[in-house]
Amino acid sequence: MIAIIDYGVGNLFSLQSSLRMIGEETVVTADPQALGAADRLILPGVGAFGDAREKLASAGLDGVICAQAAAGKPLLGICLGMQLLFERSFEFGEHEGLGLIPGDVVDMTPLIGPGLKVPHIGWNALDVKSPAHPLLRDVREGDCVYFVHSFCATRCDESVIATAEYGAPLTAAVARGNVLGCQFHPEKSGEVGLRILRAFCVWGR
Amino acid sequence: MITKRIIPCLDVRNGRVVKGVNFAGLSDVASPLELARYYSESGADELVFYDITASAEGRALFTDALREVASQIFIPLTVGGGIRTVADFERVLACGADKVSVNSGAIARPALIEEAAKRYGSQCVVLSVDAKRVDGAYHVFARGGREDTGMDALAWIRRGLELGAGEIVLNSIDTDGVKRGFDLEMLAAVCELADVPVIASGGAGCAQDFVTLFREVPKVDAGLAASIFHFGEVTIPVLKDMLAKSGINVRRIEP
Repeated sequence: MIAIIDYGVGNLFSLQSSLRMIGEETVVTADPQALGAADRLILPGVGAFGDAREKLASAGLDGVICAQAAAGKPLLGICLGMQLLFERSFEFGEHEGLGLIPGDVVDMTPLIGPGLKVPHIGWNALDVKSPAHPLLRDVREGDCVYFVHSFCATRCDESVIATAEYGAPLTAAVARGNVLGCQFHPEKSGEVGLRILRAFCVWGR
Repeated sequence: MITKRIIPCLDVRNGRVVKGVNFAGLSDVASPLELARYYSESGADELVFYDITASAEGRALFTDALREVASQIFIPLTVGGGIRTVADFERVLACGADKVSVNSGAIARPALIEEAAKRYGSQCVVLSVDAKRVDGAYHVFARGGREDTGMDALAWIRRGLELGAGEIVLNSIDTDGVKRGFDLEMLAAVCELADVPVIASGGAGCAQDFVTLFREVPKVDAGLAASIFHFGEVTIPVLKDMLAKSGINVRRIEP
C-alpha cells in the first residue's frame, strides 16, 4: 500500500490514477496511523513552499513524515514535495524545510542566465548520473519528463541522481538513503514517468 | 534542453469529439479516451480539450469524459470552453485537468485570471486570445472570434500576464483555417512582451509550417493545431522527425 500524503496541496487525481495504472494500491490520507501502516509514502505538492510547509506543520504531519523517514520507510517527494525535503527554501522569504536532505531551494533565475523563461515548463531530458539510482534504472538516454517549477534545489550535489539542462544543470531527482525526490511530475510524464513510479514502488521490495 | 511542444486540440460536444476521423485502429473515432490515447502514443506533448457544449447536461458529459481520459492518459491536459468562474476551474481540475484556458470569460471579467492564479497557481491558468488585424492593430475577438471587442491584443495580453496568466495561447484569426502557416508576425509581437510560454495556434497546414514557426519565432514554446492532426494530414511522429532533422529539439518516444 502506497500512502499519498494529503495536506490540502495540489491535485492528486493524476498521481492516484497513475499508481492505479501500474497496479499499486493507494490511499490518500493525513492520518498518522495510516501513514505508519503504509509500505511507502509519497509527498506531493504544488504551489508555494511557505504555505505548504505551514499546512504540513498545522496538520502535524512534518513530525510524522520525519519519523517514518528515520525508520527507513521509502519516501518520494514530487515537485514541491521534493523541495520540502530540503533544509531551507528562499521562496518569498526564508523557510525551514523538513531537513531530510541537505541543501537549499532557490530561485532558478540567476542560475540559468538570461533569455530563458521562468518557470521552467515543459518536457526536458533527464541526464541520469552514473551508475543509475534504482529509481531511474529504466530511464533511457534522451527520455524526457514534464517539469513545472520556478525554484530549484541547490547545494545538494551528493544527493543529485539526475539533472535537466536548462541554462544550467538543474536538480531533477535526488536520493539520500530511503528518501527520494523528483522535481518533475512522473504522473504527467507519459510512459517514462510510469516507469519511474514503478521503480519506486518495487524499490527494495 | 527543453523541447518544443506539439499540442493537438480536440473539440468536444456532449462528451464526444467533434470532427473525429478514421485513424487506423480506432474503433470509436468520437471517443475522447481513444483519441487521447492515440495522440499520447503518437508522441503528443499535451492535449487540449475544448468543451463546445452549451448545456449543463453536456458539461456533465464533458467532465465524465475528462475524468476517464485523465485516469488513463498521463500527459498534461488543458481544458477550455465556457470557463467563467473559479467554480468552473474547480470542476475541471477535480476531474484531472492540469491547466485551464480562459478566453471570453476573462474578457468579461479579467479578475477571473487573478482569482484562479491565486488559488491554483499561475502554471494552471492559460490565457487564450483570438486576435485579428483591424486598422493596423491587433484586436481581441470574443465569442469564438465572432465579436470584435475593440481591445488591443498586446495590451490585453500584458494585462493578463500582470493578473497572473502562466501561458498564452495566441490564435490568429487571420491565419486560422487558411492552412498557409502560423501568423509569425503576430506571434513575434506577443513573444516580445511575454515572459511566459507562448503557444502558437491557427494556420498550420503542413509539417513544414511547424519548422518555419520554431525557426522564425524561436521564442514560441509550442504549436497547437486541430484539423491537420484529426484529418491525418500530418502525423505527430512524422512531424517530430522533420523537426528533429531541422535541428529543433523535440521529445521523441520509443514505440
